[in-house]
Amino acid sequence: MSESTLVLFEVFVRSNRGLDHQHVGSVYASDHEQALVNARDVYIRRGEGVSIWVVKTTDIVASQESDVDTFYDPMDDKAYRHAMSYPMPEGVKNI
Amino acid sequence: MNDLVPELDNFQQKIDDEQRIEPKDWMPEKYRLNLIRQMSQHAHSEVIGMQPEGNWISSAPSLYRKIVLLSKVQDEAGHGLYLYSATETLGITRAEMNARLQSGESKYASIFNYPSLTWADVGAIGWLVDGAAIVNQVSLQRTSYGPYARAMIRICKEESFHQRQGYDIMVKLAEGSPAQREMAQDAINRWWWPSLMMFGPHDSDSVNSQQSMKWKIKRQSNDELRQKFVDQTVQQCEILKLELPDPDLRWNEERQHYDFGEIDWDEFYQVIKGNGHCNRDRIKHHVKAHKEGAWVREAMTAYAGKKAQRKDAA
Repeated sequence: MSESTLVLFEVFVRSNRGLDHQHVGSVYASDHEQALVNARDVYIRRGEGVSIWVVKTTDIVASQESDVDTFYDPMDDKAYRHAMSYPMPEGVKNI
Repeated sequence: MNDLVPELDNFQQKIDDEQRIEPKDWMPEKYRLNLIRQMSQHAHSEVIGMQPEGNWISSAPSLYRKIVLLSKVQDEAGHGLYLYSATETLGITRAEMNARLQSGESKYASIFNYPSLTWADVGAIGWLVDGAAIVNQVSLQRTSYGPYARAMIRICKEESFHQRQGYDIMVKLAEGSPAQREMAQDAINRWWWPSLMMFGPHDSDSVNSQQSMKWKIKRQSNDELRQKFVDQTVQQCEILKLELPDPDLRWNEERQHYDFGEIDWDEFYQVIKGNGHCNRDRIKHHVKAHKEGAWVREAMTAYAGKKAQRKDAA
């Protein structure tokens, strides 16, 4: 099989039940099934995960910090969105 | 144990071992349906819950209170989305959930069928209603279904702001004129009992509870959570120098908990059945908002179609 027929897949691994899948890298494969097998061989040889997602790299749409200034604005002027901007009366508990 | 369904043993074993169940795992159909019921009801509550507070955005007493409330209601929409998205992992679509809400087949927290009559209600909702929701949601961060637990963790991170902004409104009113104090007290009088009802029927009367506890969908019982909420809220009310409307409320040294009076369960079931003050209005408004948004969805589809055409032509 020539390398040009292979497609790049991004690999996401759930390290343990209850946790989100996290991106770990990518593999080349001819289809989704093979991508799963390759990802297992490359990324979870020592029990690093219990579940793998593979997604064609070309199917991922990503934004960049530099795309739009306002996209990742931390909204520092909107302090009222944080609990800490509401001073609580002396002695009040569990709030 | 159960040789006919080995998957069932394996499933219960995972739960007993404090493992989370993930979307692709085998699960009993009843577990799946039970979760769809509870999670969609939770999602609907976030979305319908926008209405009693949303009514006050245009009437907030200052620009500051307006942006705070706007921000809070926006968060509620987000919480609804986290939960719908987690529920969709169980094989039900957003459209089906919406249809069930609008037909009345799906419920939402009955507290949102009470009207928000004064500005103090916005404070009471944030402090008491969100406060009760937090007690429940903190417990659900450890629920057995992974996507639900993760949605709860995201939601709890944002809830603290909600409760504090509500309490802050109550503090300001409690420090204000006699009329303002009276308004605050009146809001507490109306919202206290419905807040206690949010935890659901007594454990002995709760039809879904026992199985939910065995499957660890619920981690603490309705009555345990309700007690926890009462215990922490009494002191917060004392600081306001206002009163909770319950003559039977008193510290029980032996139990190390507050005793409190009996909930009016007849009212609770009446509101669930659809006979609360606002049941019909809430659903009517939801249907109207959904219909009025149709052109946006149609425009988005048309735009995507045109873009695809242009790409083909190029």
